[in-house]
Amino acid sequence: MQVSMTVNGTEVSRDVEPRQLLVHFLRETLGLTGTHWGCDTSNCGTCVVLVDGVPVKSCTQLAAMTAGHEVRTVEGLADGGTLDPVQQGFMEEHGLQCGFCTPGMMLTARALLDRQPHPDETTIREAISGQICRCTGYATIVRSIQWAAAHPAAAPSDQEVRA
Amino acid sequence: MTTVQDRSAMPQEREPNPALSDPDRPIGYGRVQRKEDPRFIRGRGRYLDDIVLPGMLHGAILRSPVAHARLVSVDTTEALAHPKVRAVVTGKDLEGLNLAWAPTLSADVQAVLATDKVRFQGQEVAFVVADDRYAARDALELIDVEYEDLPPVVDARRALDPGAPVIRDDKEGQTDNHVFDWEAGDAAATDAVFARADVVVSEEVVYPRVHPAPMETCGAIADYEPVEGRLTLYETSQAPHAHRTLFAMVAGIPEHKIRVISPDIGGGFGNKVGIYPGYILAVVGSIVTGRPVKWVEDRSENLMSTSFARDYIMRGEVAATREGKILAVRTTVLADHGAFNATAQPTKYPAGFFSIFTGSYDLEAAHCSVTGVYTNKAPGGVAYACSFRVTEAVYLVERMVDVLAAELAMDPAELRLKNFIRPEQFPYRNKTGWEYDSGDYEPAMRMAMDRIGYADLRREQAERRDRGELMGIGVSFFTETVGAGPRKHMDIVGLGMADGAEVRVHPTGKAVVRLSVQTQGQGHETTFAQILAEELGIPPEDIDVVHGDTDNTPFGLGTYGSRSTPVSGGAVALAARKVKDKARLIAAAMLETRPEDLEWEKGRWFVAGDPTVGKTIAEIALGAHGTVALPEGVDGNLDAEVTYDPPNLTFPFGAYICVVDVDPGTGKVHVRRFVAVDDCGTRINPMIVEGQIHGGLADGVGMALMEFIGFDEQGNCLGGSFMDYLIPTAVEVPDWETGYTVTPSPHHPIGAKGIGESATVGSPPAVVNAVVDALAPFGIRHMDMPCTPARVWAAMQGRPTPPV
Ligand code: FES
Ligand code: FES
Repeated sequence: MQVSMTVNGTEVSRDVEPRQLLVHFLRETLGLTGTHWGCDTSNCGTCVVLVDGVPVKSCTQLAAMTAGHEVRTVEGLADGGTLDPVQQGFMEEHGLQCGFCTPGMMLTARALLDRQPHPDETTIREAISGQICRCTGYATIVRSIQWAAAHPAAAPSDQEVRA
Repeated sequence: MTTVQDRSAMPQEREPNPALSDPDRPIGYGRVQRKEDPRFIRGRGRYLDDIVLPGMLHGAILRSPVAHARLVSVDTTEALAHPKVRAVVTGKDLEGLNLAWAPTLSADVQAVLATDKVRFQGQEVAFVVADDRYAARDALELIDVEYEDLPPVVDARRALDPGAPVIRDDKEGQTDNHVFDWEAGDAAATDAVFARADVVVSEEVVYPRVHPAPMETCGAIADYEPVEGRLTLYETSQAPHAHRTLFAMVAGIPEHKIRVISPDIGGGFGNKVGIYPGYILAVVGSIVTGRPVKWVEDRSENLMSTSFARDYIMRGEVAATREGKILAVRTTVLADHGAFNATAQPTKYPAGFFSIFTGSYDLEAAHCSVTGVYTNKAPGGVAYACSFRVTEAVYLVERMVDVLAAELAMDPAELRLKNFIRPEQFPYRNKTGWEYDSGDYEPAMRMAMDRIGYADLRREQAERRDRGELMGIGVSFFTETVGAGPRKHMDIVGLGMADGAEVRVHPTGKAVVRLSVQTQGQGHETTFAQILAEELGIPPEDIDVVHGDTDNTPFGLGTYGSRSTPVSGGAVALAARKVKDKARLIAAAMLETRPEDLEWEKGRWFVAGDPTVGKTIAEIALGAHGTVALPEGVDGNLDAEVTYDPPNLTFPFGAYICVVDVDPGTGKVHVRRFVAVDDCGTRINPMIVEGQIHGGLADGVGMALMEFIGFDEQGNCLGGSFMDYLIPTAVEVPDWETGYTVTPSPHHPIGAKGIGESATVGSPPAVVNAVVDALAPFGIRHMDMPCTPARVWAAMQGRPTPPV
């Protein structure tokens, strides 16, 4: 079936199996492999993307159900050469190790900060509580999001990618 | 030894970064951002499942629904008729290729696809190769398998019963479910100490089966090129070189024609050490179809079939004086190895380094004996950041010390302080033969107690108890054993446990370092660049770190058991020193002076007494590759290569204190605070060190409170999805409070001991000790993990704790 949606600001239209999951549509049909997959039961959240600005587990939704909606993935987080403050925050505060949960965590953080620019620690922990990180123990993820909240203006990425 | 109060819990303050105070100073050790982060935060990591090769097909595995059964027939006719199916492989097909069984890492064999019987639920029975992932899964439904059920052996305690079903009837001469017996220490001397001790306590301590469950599951892409007979194998592997050698042995493809590429790894924790049937099947699939074949397991496959961890039933005993001097420890252990002995341990150590169960205490005697058994459960056994069974050892001794403290009515922190190995005793040889390289335990313990406000907490606890509230304070102190070899004592399937590094300084003074170890998120690209930077004065951003590709890196055994920094870190430092020595000869030629007249400062050789005259590493590199007349015996490059054979293991240590509150109505445990003071010797990048500790602390809370791979009586796995196998989320763990001391390893080139697994090893007893402490008013002295609400509640009612 033909499915059309907006992904990171660009209109896309593809012929897909009706049963195709959104996560596979993004990863395999569109080649946007920044969205990950980590479980069979909607528990891990490595697949989180924003649909109309709301965090959604893309393994739990069909591509067909997403027709007509706006999807934002990690590839759409930076604005050209300018990183999102959330991305900067994750680098500043060591919010990632293996990086597998990171795209989903950052998108949830973005949605949270859009809704609530200065969340307290409990709110941040609750916001990411549907997602598992096996590497960081979460404290640095919380700090990364706090960093982003404290630095709402994004900076050009080339200043921030120095090792 | 220096002690420093860490400030990482206060994000506004930073350890000084030399790069910030003086931008011209080359950066070595210190807190620098990670080189790998820019790609990950943009979604540009390249994990296995992100790789798409032209013409690539997809594989899926049909698995046994039962734990123990005779395989009567496998009918693949319908599956083969599926229009998108390219091949179906069964155990019979593999028998024809002599590939139905593969050697394990522990001198056993493991079925690649079942031929005679299935021996655990989730065992591999058939392999389908199809055009796409969905079709491959569809076709699994079309395979018809007939099983004839056999009684399973689920409880390890029953495995050696006379008349127990023999699981491994495939092995000639195997008439029971016994795998091995192993012991360490002096049994007679230990018994003698026990006989004269004032106090003896004993307890059965179970470390249940858990799973490392990295967020990325395991997978492989095999690309076999038939004309030249070359295999390119992309794998989620923590040990690409060892895998290549083993593939050469198993598949009969010559080693020089195999290239193993381990791309970005989404977490390993030991789960990606083993060679799983799926990897071998991807290779078979590629050979059979002539096209690349990708196989990626789903989460249930990961939890049910790949390497589990722990599963030790330990009877621990401690002998002590009435004043609280611990004299001796002894234990007998029943080790559940599952259906195949596929644990990855050094050959001479079938129970890993479990004999370090003497812990951090100065004892008169110790003895342990371990018996391994087969059961109808998934194979594996070394995994989940355990440092070769040190996790089990530390858990046992740290639980037993608390049992003793309860018996003597002593404070558990004081009891530990009374018994520590003293600083002047290092290097310390324990009673089971380990030589602890260095340590200074009391300051770490005192720092943890100060940090958490131990005395105040005990007062608060007393007040709360008066009000009927359940608050617990749990202490643990661990000594880790990491960085295996030395190679003369330690090997895995005959491969000595050493690791290599190659350093090249390019003509412009930039450098590349190639490693045999493989990162799974630990930040090797940053840490190893910093080690080289510190040695050569080349800034880390000018250093490229290459790993995870056997064609482009030196041989070595890979990353597990916290080996990377202790072993490959040593290799990098020594290779850098070779480069530095060579640079001195070349600099002397360039400056027309004698090498012994030159002095080194970071990044530069200069003339002693005249610091203005000198050559930087970049100038020397250009000289080496240029036209400078080189001294006799010096060739024209600035490269070096080292395979580092560690003279001993390293012994990181730490003091952990956990505070919990237990809900008297529901039995739910809330972790209120957790203080961790770690000593890993030299700290290369404190930010990365802290990150490693944080992750391990969350693991510890998970294992203590919720993670569990259980089985029912039929051998059905009860932890086969993330609905059942619970991993802590951000709301179940506290904000970690950390501190550190620095006691360098005397035998390591840079004094670094490794940190990858310390917290996973040290934290479970702290949490369980806290839970037991909270329940002390009920007369409870011991709880087994995981301390779920149901089990805690049952314990409070005085009932046996139910299975999870
Ligand atoms: S893949 Fe695990 S929640 Fe979507
Ligand atoms: S960084 Fe590895 S799972 Fe979160």
